[in-house]
Amino acid sequence: MNWDVVWNNFDYFLIGAYPDGPLGGLAMSILLALGGIFGAFWVGLLFGLMRMSKRWWLRWPAMVYIEIVRGTPLLMVIFWFYFLAPILLGTTLPEATSALIAFIVFTSAYIAEIVRAGVQGLPKGQTEAARGSGLSHCQAMLYVILPQSLRNMIPSFVNQFVSLTKDTSLAYIIGVNELTRTATQVNNRTLTAPTEIFITIAVMYFIICYVLTEISRKLERQMSRYQARG
Amino acid sequence: MNYEFDWKLVLTGEYGQWILDGLVVTLKLSGISIVFALLVGTIIAVFRLTKFKPLEWFALAYTEFFRNTPLLIQMFFWYFGSYSVLPESVNNWLYNHNFEFTAGVISLTIYTSAFIAEEIRSGIFAIPKTQLESSRACGLSFIQSMVHVILPQAFRIIIPPLISQFLNLIKNSSLAMTIGVMELTYMARQIESYSFHGFEAFTVSTLIYISISLIVSFMVTQYNKYFLRTINY
Repeated sequence: MNWDVVWNNFDYFLIGAYPDGPLGGLAMSILLALGGIFGAFWVGLLFGLMRMSKRWWLRWPAMVYIEIVRGTPLLMVIFWFYFLAPILLGTTLPEATSALIAFIVFTSAYIAEIVRAGVQGLPKGQTEAARGSGLSHCQAMLYVILPQSLRNMIPSFVNQFVSLTKDTSLAYIIGVNELTRTATQVNNRTLTAPTEIFITIAVMYFIICYVLTEISRKLERQMSRYQARG
Repeated sequence: MNYEFDWKLVLTGEYGQWILDGLVVTLKLSGISIVFALLVGTIIAVFRLTKFKPLEWFALAYTEFFRNTPLLIQMFFWYFGSYSVLPESVNNWLYNHNFEFTAGVISLTIYTSAFIAEEIRSGIFAIPKTQLESSRACGLSFIQSMVHVILPQAFRIIIPPLISQFLNLIKNSSLAMTIGVMELTYMARQIESYSFHGFEAFTVSTLIYISISLIVSFMVTQYNKYFLRTINY
């Protein structure tokens, strides 16, 4: 085993060539995941609410969007934005930007389903009581339903964030210099220690994802105590 | 926007054949991996429930580790990194037998089996403890009561989540393009680089993936509606 290769390149795995060059490595992966989940939350919330609307012209587009995105592999979505952007916009987007857009689009469809499940999981009495108190549908949503259901959704959001963190590895394919790409770069340069390099990278992803998964489990246990019932 | 659409190019002739070949490889890769993942997943789930601690720990470590690392990294590990951990004869055999495909099957199997194991475990937990106790009291061994009493009931409950894992597997099989398996996404990418008609190639292959998903989820909904009979205890 040749672990020297790993140790010599460890800071490259963590932050890429920064501060002498562009940011990369694990820091880039985390940035992509954070940006992706932030964007996907708002887009997903919008589509999730549209999906539950009583008006067909709001419901159907959301349904089509969710079904199409969930039926497509993430790799395909990434290629779409990477190869489509030049055709539509006339200019090329930076790789990281087009990967980020693909992550937002892909994850938002799953967030939309989480939002829907969260809102529908809330007891019907909450909506009825809010409407009965004279709030409009929008007000009831905004002040009564969403605050409660969004809190219940936090564990699912954390799980989705874990998935997204793993999924950022796919940005490697279009050339974003994140953790997976730094690993393949070092591997291609040295050619002597693929086993060690990929084990190290796997462990790095594992630590982040495992800690987050544990947090989500803990939150889930805590939250089950404060549920509105009936 | 000065892009000329040429759908005929992608749907017929050489490129059409590529798409078709890619689809066949995708289905083969996913089909084989599904069977193995189901087997391995069941074994791991049963390990989690045994009273024998080392097996339980192994199963726990297996599910936690493989669920929390990206599939792409696992694929790279099996493809590039398995050389130094496997014995020489196994390596030689692998290199002579379409190693890309095998590495794809191995990584998809292991990754998906970790998720399937969790689904099966929750299915087994949904079966009341009395079922196991009474089958043990009837004289069945632990293995026998698992095989004949618990698992048949558990599988009935978890068929819908299992199917969605299978769908994930089919979508994840697109990652095998990175290690050179010529499946659907690989072919679409190849058409893009040969002809610059990526738009058409990606549309066709995306539609294929979506129709697989839609057909399967439609069938699951029908199953839930008409055939899902769970026992109420």
